[in-house]
Amino acid sequence: MSKTKYILGLFADPDELMHGIDTLQKNSVPIYDVYTPMPIHGIERKLGIKDSRLGYAAFLFGCLGGTTIFSMAYYMLVHDWPMDIGGKPAFAIPDFVPITFEWTVLFTAFGMTLTFFFATHLFPGRTPRVMDLRATDDRFVIAIDAKGNIPHEDITNLLKEAGAVEVKHNDRKYVSYE
Amino acid sequence: MNTSHSFDEQFEFKGRAKSWSLIMIVIGVIGLLAAFFTNGERAFANLLLNGYYMSCVCICGIFFCAVQYVAQAGWSASVLRVPQALAKVLPVAGVILLLVIGAGLFVTHPGLNEEGKSTAIPYLYKLWALKGVTDSHSENYDAIITAKSGYLNIPFFLIRLVIYLGSYTLLGRMLVKYSNNEDELGGMFNYKKSFKVSVLFLVIFGFTVPLFAFDTIMSLEAHWFSTMFGWYNFAALWVSGLSVITLAIILLRKAGYMQWVTEDHLHNLGQLMFGFSIFWTYLWFGQFLLTWYANIPEEAAYFYRRWEPQFKPWFWLNIIVNFLTPLLVLMSRDSKRKTELLKVACIILICGHWLDYWQMIMPGTIGVKGVGEWYSPMILVDFAIFVGAAGFMVWMFGSALSKFKSLVPKKHPLLQESLHHHI
Repeated sequence: MSKTKYILGLFADPDELMHGIDTLQKNSVPIYDVYTPMPIHGIERKLGIKDSRLGYAAFLFGCLGGTTIFSMAYYMLVHDWPMDIGGKPAFAIPDFVPITFEWTVLFTAFGMTLTFFFATHLFPGRTPRVMDLRATDDRFVIAIDAKGNIPHEDITNLLKEAGAVEVKHNDRKYVSYE
Repeated sequence: MNTSHSFDEQFEFKGRAKSWSLIMIVIGVIGLLAAFFTNGERAFANLLLNGYYMSCVCICGIFFCAVQYVAQAGWSASVLRVPQALAKVLPVAGVILLLVIGAGLFVTHPGLNEEGKSTAIPYLYKLWALKGVTDSHSENYDAIITAKSGYLNIPFFLIRLVIYLGSYTLLGRMLVKYSNNEDELGGMFNYKKSFKVSVLFLVIFGFTVPLFAFDTIMSLEAHWFSTMFGWYNFAALWVSGLSVITLAIILLRKAGYMQWVTEDHLHNLGQLMFGFSIFWTYLWFGQFLLTWYANIPEEAAYFYRRWEPQFKPWFWLNIIVNFLTPLLVLMSRDSKRKTELLKVACIILICGHWLDYWQMIMPGTIGVKGVGEWYSPMILVDFAIFVGAAGFMVWMFGSALSKFKSLVPKKHPLLQESLHHHI
C-alpha cells in the first residue's frame, strides 16, 4: 500500500492544463481540484463546479442589516424617545430609508467577506495552506485524490503525456508556507 | 465556441419589422389627431414628451459609444453598431424636438394666466414664454420669472437647445465616421481619434446634459427648481437608452443577425441596466426626501401637484415600475442571462421611463384640473402617441442600421476580446 495521498500534475501553461483536464476526464480519472496562479475563464464549467452560493449569503446578510437598523431606529425614534423634528411625525419612513440602505450595504459587505473567509479557510492570522507552493506563482496544478485511483503510474503517464512538466506524489495533503 | 462569423453581413430592414413599425406609426398618428381635436395642450405636451424621449435615447447611443472608447472597453466592441445607429438618428429626433418646442413657444391659444385673467397662452412653457411676462405694466407680469429672465428667455433658450443638440449630433457623427473609416483602413489611427472625440463628448455632455433637462423639462414649471433634476434626468436617459440598446440587440439576434453576441454580453448590459436603475432611484429619492424634509412651499409645489388625485397613482407607479422591476427581476445572475426575461425587463423599463417623463411633463403642461380622475381615456391616447413614437424610432433605427456595410466594426482593435468575452 503506497503512502501517496495526492498526485499533483504541474503544468507550465494554462492551455496545457486544459488539455490535461481533458485527458484525465476522457480516462475517467476524478479530479480533486485545480490550482492556478490566475483566473482561467471557462474552467469552472469544464470541471463541473457548481455556482457559488455567496449571493444567497449576501442577500441574507442584507436582510439582517436592514431589519436590524430599521427596528433600532424605530425603537429609538418612535418608541423610546419620540422627538419633534421639523414638525414631522415620529415615524417618518422617508427618514429611515438612507440609514436602512447604509446598514444593508454594510452588513452585506462584511457578511460576504466573512462568509468568503469562512468558506476558504482564510482568516487573518491563519497560515494559508496550499497543495503546492508554486501554484501561486508560475505553475498550474491539477490535484488528484490518490485513494482509489490506482494504478498511480497510469495517472502519472497520462499527466506527462498531456504536457505536465512535473508530477508529484505527495504523502501529505498540504504544504505550509511556514 | 463558433469563432467563424460572417462580418460582412448587412442588416436588411424589411418584412415584419417594417410593417409593425408602420402599424405603430399609424396608431400614433391616430392618437395624435385625437389629442389635437380634444385638447391642443395635451397634444403639444405629448409631442414634447416623445421628442425629448427620442432625443434622449439617441444621445444615449453616443454616450454609450463614448464611455466604451474612453474606458477602452473590449467587451462591447462587437455590439457598437447598435448605439452608433442610434447616434445616426439623433439629427432627426433633435430636429423634431426643436420644431415641437418652436411651435409650442410661438403658437398660442386663449387661456387663463397665473392670475386667472384670460390672455393668449403659448402651448408649451406657458409660465415664462407668455407675452409681457417680464413687463411690470402687463397683466401677465411675473416677478419670479422676471428675475430668471436673464437666462430663461426665448432667444437664449433656443440658442442653447441648438448648441446642445448640435454638438451632440456633430460628435456622434464623427464617432460613426471614424468607425466606418476603421472598417475600410484598419489600424489604430481611427481608434485613437475616436478616443479623443469621446473624451471631448463626455466633457461637453457632462456639463450640458443637466442644463438640457433644466431647459426642456424643468422650465415647464419655472417657479420651481431642483439641482437634482439634471442628474435625475440623466439617469433616466441612461437606463432607458441601455434598455433600448439591449432590446435591439436581443431582437436582432432573434432575427438571425449578430450571432457573435453571447449571453455574456447581454449579462453585462443587464448589469448596467440594473445598476443604473438603482442609481435612478437614488436620485429620485434624494430629490423627494430633501423636498419633503425641508418643506419649503416653492419646492414642495412640484410634489404637491403630483399628489393630486389625477397624478398620484401614476407618481407611485413610476417608482414601483422603475425601481422594483429591475430590483426583483434583474438582480440575480441567471435572470440577466435568460434572453426572454431580459427582453421583458427591457420593455418594462422602456415603458416605465416613458411614465417617468410623462409625470415630469404633464402637471406642468396640461396642469392639474379640477377633481381629475386618475384614469381617463386620454391616458390611452398618450400611450398611443408613445407607441407611434416608438414605431418611428424603430423605422429610423432600422434604416440607419441597414446603411452600415457590416453589423460589427470588423477592424476594431479590441474586437477579438469582445468575441471571446466571458464572465
